[in-house]
Amino acid sequence: MSTAETGTGAPADSQEALAAERAAVTAAGPSLPSRAGRRVTSLGSRAGLPVLVAGVIIGLWYLVSEVALNQYQRFMLPPPNQVLQVGFFTWSNFTALVGALRWTAQVTFIGLAISIVLGVGAALLMSQAKWVENALYPWAVVLQTVPILALTPMLSFFFGFALTPRVIVAVIIAFFPIVSNTLFGLQSADRSMHDLFTLHKTGRWTRLWKLQFPAALPAMFAGFRVSAGLAVIGAIVGEFFFKQGQPGLGTNMSVYTSLTEGAQLWANVLTASLLGITVFVLFGWLSRRVVGRWYMPSSR
Amino acid sequence: MTTATSAPALRFSGVTKKFSGGTTALADANLEVSSGEFVAVVGPSGCGKSTLLRIASGLDDVSAGTVDVGAKQLGYVFQDATLLPWRSVAQNVGLLAELEKMDKAERGRRITEAIDLVGLTGFEKHLPHQLSGGMRMRASLARSLVLDPDLFLFDEPFGALDEITRERLNDELLRMFELRQFAALFITHSVAEAVFLSTRVTVMSGRPGCVIADIPVPFDYPRVPELRYTPEFASLCGEVSQLLRGL
Repeated sequence: MSTAETGTGAPADSQEALAAERAAVTAAGPSLPSRAGRRVTSLGSRAGLPVLVAGVIIGLWYLVSEVALNQYQRFMLPPPNQVLQVGFFTWSNFTALVGALRWTAQVTFIGLAISIVLGVGAALLMSQAKWVENALYPWAVVLQTVPILALTPMLSFFFGFALTPRVIVAVIIAFFPIVSNTLFGLQSADRSMHDLFTLHKTGRWTRLWKLQFPAALPAMFAGFRVSAGLAVIGAIVGEFFFKQGQPGLGTNMSVYTSLTEGAQLWANVLTASLLGITVFVLFGWLSRRVVGRWYMPSSR
Repeated sequence: MTTATSAPALRFSGVTKKFSGGTTALADANLEVSSGEFVAVVGPSGCGKSTLLRIASGLDDVSAGTVDVGAKQLGYVFQDATLLPWRSVAQNVGLLAELEKMDKAERGRRITEAIDLVGLTGFEKHLPHQLSGGMRMRASLARSLVLDPDLFLFDEPFGALDEITRERLNDELLRMFELRQFAALFITHSVAEAVFLSTRVTVMSGRPGCVIADIPVPFDYPRVPELRYTPEFASLCGEVSQLLRGL
């Protein structure tokens, strides 16, 4: 059969029908006129509603601080303006806060990076053989449920009291969602897709690289996002236990709690959540960059 | 081109398939597809029609009996388009050639040719979610066509499409069949589709499935869409339907 024949075989009416089908698809493409309008409303609800909720939270905060607590109890939750003034607008406190943020952020990112490498690696291994999964997965669950408190003496014995044990705590807390999501993603490809690869005698690596791994990406990024928030918590929890070396936000929280310096404590708490939100948003953005082009959550 | 050569592209002799759960999907099934022949298989749900294809392609093995595959290259078209959502149309169409390690220049040439044959020229860079169901199925067909198979296995490929799209794709599938003269084993629920496409309709009984009738379809190729409205077509469809109902 020659190449020349192939393009011209279609009967006219079928060509016409196809043209109609194409037109329908093109029209449904990304150039709908209403799209700009939709984007504005979605931006409005995406930015507007959280701001509204923030207003409610700040109102409640004032209510608790000024009404529910008397002047002797107020140190537990000083009003927002006092937190801002003492924690953020007093220069020496602010530089200390930024320094602590730097260290906590460092522990967070190192811990998260290690969690991603180990978590994805473990999930890849488990996806390759059921017996590996059966052998390792229960221990990933155990690792998630083990109380960090029980590990602290051992961690300090082996790794001291500075950066390393903090990172290890962050990894222990952030590890599991990455393993479970990645494994779920790697096993998510359709049976018929697998059949197609089987029909063409595809090797394990090609199947992993061309089918399972790309199919896993959306679930993997969902896991990264959850773990990013957990890594912040892990870093702070680690700093609670291991206070040597540079102070982080967790170190400060622990110190200011015992000093009953509420404004400073809450300044550190707010900064910590800001760090959490930042890494969460960062991974959301990264996820859209990598899989947003093709991955359509079913809500759309 | 209706005269098929006698060499069988696929032959089932006394094929029985029992699953580990105890279900017998096929019992002593005998079936032959000669090269250049288009055989449609109809039968009630769960009669092991899809199992036929899985066995023919080597995805499943037989419990008893033998299967001879004379074809050198198989094409397998699934119930859904099974496109990789992260690959463009052209990349999806090239997938099987890629898995078969076809030389890149040759692959590129065949991708262009197959996309043209299924009428998707201009949509090479689109992603599957940007296409309609019918167009996704066209891309799926093109993916198999790239390897230029001499035996096509179709597992109810158009079952999920609306009637109009289905008929249109039937017309185009016939055009591809007339051009490339592959052998085909086509599983379907639709009697009209079976009669319209095939040189022979095989009727299967309910579980456990075996072949109960073989009805030759006398219409010459190339077939026109209007064939569907002729009395001869209707009466043949009626005959097949009655056989199915008698089960």
